[in-house]
Amino acid sequence: MSTALAQDYSGAPLGAPVYELTQVSKTYARNSVVALEDVSLTLRKGSFTSVIGSSGCGKSTLLKIMAGLIPPSKGRVILQNQPVKGPRRDIGMMFQQATLFPWKTAVENIVLPIEIRDGKAAAKKAMDKAHELLDIVGLKGFENVYPNELSGGMAQRASICRMLITEPAVLLLDEPFSALDELSRDMMNMELQRICREQDATAFLVTHSIQEAVILSDEIVVMKPRPGRIAEIVTVDLPRPRTLDMMTTPKFGEIVDYIRGMLDKGEDM
Amino acid sequence: MTEYQTNAPTDTETVQDTVWEQEVSFIDSVPRWIAMTFVFVVFVGTWQLVTSFGLVSPIILPTPMETLKDMIFVGKNLATGGYMLAALWITIQEVIYGFALAIAIGFSLGVLVGETAFGEKAVMPYLVAIDTMPKVAFAPLFVAWLGFGIESKVALAAFIATFPIVVGTAAGLHAADENARMLFKTMGASRMQTLIKMKLPTGLPQIFTGLKIGAVGVMAGAITGEFLGGGKGFGELIRVAASQLNTPRVFSLILYLSVVGLVLYLLVQWTQRRVVFWQKESVGSYDG
Repeated sequence: MSTALAQDYSGAPLGAPVYELTQVSKTYARNSVVALEDVSLTLRKGSFTSVIGSSGCGKSTLLKIMAGLIPPSKGRVILQNQPVKGPRRDIGMMFQQATLFPWKTAVENIVLPIEIRDGKAAAKKAMDKAHELLDIVGLKGFENVYPNELSGGMAQRASICRMLITEPAVLLLDEPFSALDELSRDMMNMELQRICREQDATAFLVTHSIQEAVILSDEIVVMKPRPGRIAEIVTVDLPRPRTLDMMTTPKFGEIVDYIRGMLDKGEDM
Repeated sequence: MTEYQTNAPTDTETVQDTVWEQEVSFIDSVPRWIAMTFVFVVFVGTWQLVTSFGLVSPIILPTPMETLKDMIFVGKNLATGGYMLAALWITIQEVIYGFALAIAIGFSLGVLVGETAFGEKAVMPYLVAIDTMPKVAFAPLFVAWLGFGIESKVALAAFIATFPIVVGTAAGLHAADENARMLFKTMGASRMQTLIKMKLPTGLPQIFTGLKIGAVGVMAGAITGEFLGGGKGFGELIRVAASQLNTPRVFSLILYLSVVGLVLYLLVQWTQRRVVFWQKESVGSYDG
């Protein structure tokens, strides 16, 4: 199942490579812990990839390297044919917390990346785009509202807009909805899928939830700890667009069980 | 399908409401101003009783009536631009200059200590050491350096008020969480941008807490400076009145002085509400 390439479903990750990691390793010098060993990974245009694994499997290290926040110890990291040597505007990132700033309105928060990179004038010009994005995530009418007045789910919607405003080539999602309750979380995941399809975005999600990974992803990178490395890359050949109903299908259960089995094995390693 | 047993009433039964009185504590039902008036009346009443039964000598504690009379006298003097107003103006100037100086120095040191590793490692220990000293003890030094004029009082006032502002600013700059820092990094923000657009606004509540503590300290500093270094301020009026055993005058002067302190405090609080409009208010305390 894992290696079988299914070409008969729509939305298959067959676009050109956008993000390429080749034999990436990370050793933290301070305590000489090998956080990441020999990770090779390709994200294709328009694909959705998840990474899952127990704590200490190096997924947050991997994400930080991909975001250009820390350098790898070894290996090559290429985004859109350019080596990643620091934070870049074609990398969008989203965290567990919405991290909206309470002194800025929703739109002001959304154009903040532009304000930082290009200054206040450019941010002002980007306001129209911010309004459009708010409309896309269903927050029309909340443009000039302060984050205090937004619910957790609404705040995360706004932070999706902030991530999209620079039109990044890749979206790095660090457990973006894990702070939400399960109902909002399912809804936000479907929302995320829709937005990714509409924007033809390339997404990379770190998650703890196997269900979430399966329902969203074209490929799931299962990682093993000590040292952090890739155990297997599982292809999810459920048709697109995905719906929440699919979570009850035998196929969905099969894939979830398969990954859970692998993660359980990982515990002993 | 399984049959579930429920407590739902059948058609013939009437439903017995489960309604019960929830206890509400008495004080919750009393408006704040009534509660405050109550405390005031009890306080003044006790004061009146203690003095009218001659439990305490009138030289030590005047009656509320005497104090009120003197307050009216002092009030008239202030309102008509008498010598007391001149004295009050001197003290107010000391407070304003002292506070401005404390804000400038305190904020700068706070940024140095809160933002730079050097400041935190090398400067902070000295600030803590100085902060633990009884700062009033420096008053004679300030008089020796700056003379008996307003300068020495401004210096002491600023000296006392600076430290809470340093601590507040430094704490404020550390208030931003890991996510916000990481977000700014991913946006490629410079250190200056991170400081101005994220760390400082995030830390404003703590900075204002420092300012409020400083505002209280600056009054204490100015009056202590006048007690110990003479001059022509309100503190000198209090000292003279006390030496003449004119206790009602001391009381009323202190009350007028406290109004100045209160105004300064409320001014800072008002500014805080304007600037840090997103902060939820908590009653009373310094971080309110």
